[in-house]
Amino acid sequence: MADRESQKSFTGEGLACRRGERQVFKDVAFALAPGDALLLGGPNGSGKTSLLRLMAGLGRPERGVIAWDGAAIADDPAAHRARLHYIGHQEAVKLALTAEENLAFWTGMRGANNGVIDALRRVRLDARAAWPARYLSAGERKRLGLARLMASPATLWLLDEPTTSLDTEATEILLTAIADHRRTGGRVALATHAPLSLPGAHTLSLAAHATWRQG
Amino acid sequence: MSGFAALLTRDLRLAFRQGGDVANVVAFFALAVILFPFGVGPDPDLLARIAAGVLWVTALLAALLSLERLFDADFQDGSLETLSLMPVPLEIQVLAKCTAHWLTTGLPLTIIAPLLALVLHFDVAGYPALIAALLLGTPVLSLIGAIGVALTLGARRAGVLLSLLVLPLYIPVLIFGVAASEAAILGLESRPHLLLLAALLAASLALAPWAAAAALRQAFE
Repeated sequence: MADRESQKSFTGEGLACRRGERQVFKDVAFALAPGDALLLGGPNGSGKTSLLRLMAGLGRPERGVIAWDGAAIADDPAAHRARLHYIGHQEAVKLALTAEENLAFWTGMRGANNGVIDALRRVRLDARAAWPARYLSAGERKRLGLARLMASPATLWLLDEPTTSLDTEATEILLTAIADHRRTGGRVALATHAPLSLPGAHTLSLAAHATWRQG
Repeated sequence: MSGFAALLTRDLRLAFRQGGDVANVVAFFALAVILFPFGVGPDPDLLARIAAGVLWVTALLAALLSLERLFDADFQDGSLETLSLMPVPLEIQVLAKCTAHWLTTGLPLTIIAPLLALVLHFDVAGYPALIAALLLGTPVLSLIGAIGVALTLGARRAGVLLSLLVLPLYIPVLIFGVAASEAAILGLESRPHLLLLAALLAASLALAPWAAAAALRQAFE
């Protein structure tokens, strides 16, 4: 499915990342065309989160270039931020605000809104919309974080361990959302240890000191 | 602009839901000021002479105590990282957070300061200058403080480090703030001091959001 020639591509080449003294990975490359998904694998500490953060533009790679349609993302970080959703380990949920207020805030910051209540309904949290997030369980907070994906549009989804503390129902909801997203030309990069079924996804395995395979 | 409003509203809502934050700052300010008559004795002349200095130094410390909540909670729960990936420029976001911080610390301090001035036998002639100087000076405390908090994010014992960084930068505000009401009490012009405070405010409005945003980006590297 990869189309390296395509200009409409999200690519990384010769990427190296260093955390302090430690070389996390080097010579990593990826290419994501519209509709593509990339599964990042590898043991703990192999740099899955580091790579996702670089893809989001949080920090710069030690070496190598990440580009969107051939233009380095570091050249226009604002445009890159406008097209991505990044969901990290932490849900970025404010416990004192209700589920609806939390989600409405993030869509307000993005300035684009697909409907907050609709998004809550899709992650089965609509009955809890008026609850302070303090009273939500860990899994429900994770769902609330993932509802951001559905509440405002973005073409690139970067998901770090999105299925942690999700039950099978919520995992199914997420996989459906990813499939819908890809069908409309969206791209997903996802780090996970869980065996997820993403048809036609590339896998990039980050072993310690980074050899890489793609297939 | 909608991003500015969204963040400002959220921070204000959080501050009022967790009402303790505002109450703590005001209570600290009031208690610390009230300690002085006990410490130096009830002599009205002595208290009146140190009143402006006491009010300003305590307001500075109260503002310093509240600074950490500017970014700390958002840093801990991942919100700050997510905020930095929003299309709204980080500088605008810093400005929104400083505005919310001022509305929940500087403004309440300015409102309660005249009441506490009574306890210190503050000269009536100095009140207008005191209030004007606090209105101009306290936003500078929030703005300069934002740089300090952004630089010390995630550091161990950030509180001590923060005061070492920020308190020296507060000295100009302290000097001109106190001088404004002293001048008014002595029957001199307080306007030059207020203008200097306004200049400090204009400079920090223009520079602090950029400096703090740059420091925040460093924190995510």
